[in-house]
Amino acid sequence: MSAMPNFFYQFQFYLFGLIAIASAIVFVTRRSPVAAALWLVLTMFCLAALYVMLEAHFVGVIQVLVYAGAIMVVFLFVVMLLNLGQPSELSDLRGKWGRLVAGLLGLALIAQLWAVTGPEFRSSLLQPADHITTELRERGAVGAVAQPLFAEHLLAFELTSVLLLVAIVGAVVVGRRRGLR
Amino acid sequence: MIPEALALSAVLFTIGAVGVLTRRNAIVIFMCVELMLNAVNLTFVALSRLYGMTGQVFVIFVMTVAAAEAAVGLAIIIAIFRHGQTVDLKNINLLKG
Repeated sequence: MSAMPNFFYQFQFYLFGLIAIASAIVFVTRRSPVAAALWLVLTMFCLAALYVMLEAHFVGVIQVLVYAGAIMVVFLFVVMLLNLGQPSELSDLRGKWGRLVAGLLGLALIAQLWAVTGPEFRSSLLQPADHITTELRERGAVGAVAQPLFAEHLLAFELTSVLLLVAIVGAVVVGRRRGLR
Repeated sequence: MIPEALALSAVLFTIGAVGVLTRRNAIVIFMCVELMLNAVNLTFVALSRLYGMTGQVFVIFVMTVAAAEAAVGLAIIIAIFRHGQTVDLKNINLLKG
């Protein structure tokens, strides 16, 4: 924490943070559950970007795969299974301003992507060395998380597998139709 | 950037809590709970930069529990919908005396 992060890093951090807050507010205020779920997916993607910027690369990938990919799909599946989506409400934020903001945001993200691939900005994204970055460099992004997970927290890990099994059985039992034996 | 991350996490948690208190659709309330879990995960990740990898390991556990909770909770919501054809919490008051 000695050196101040540079401007590019700070700009990215604030941009993703602002998108996360804005989409969370829109998420809470939407009436249609489908629109709300999609805004929540945007919040989760922004959080994944912030995880990566905070040197939690594996957690960022898992955030995209598990949260945005799996859990939100289950939510959308249930919304559509119960036919709760209100089709008239789906086209929200489609006015002139909505399109303008969406276009500007897309341009900003493309510019960021272009800047990250350039060599002059890539070195500026490297964080000042602390124990996390050295551990990541030694073990890799997955190994740095896996080492304490399978060494110190092995019992908790095994208990989690039992929890998942119980949850699956419970979901099947609760969700099946009455009368089906 | 850790203070900023903690502030962002607090804001997201507050938005989620407001959603839980104000919305009436059970599925949306569930999604607000997921948002609150995400905010707490951000706190764990930010503080793991100061205190070591245990925070990130804990985030993995939180995500696992969230997945299990989503499966069971959505099954309960489906059962409630089969019972009363609604997921509006205003109409779910069977236990009211």
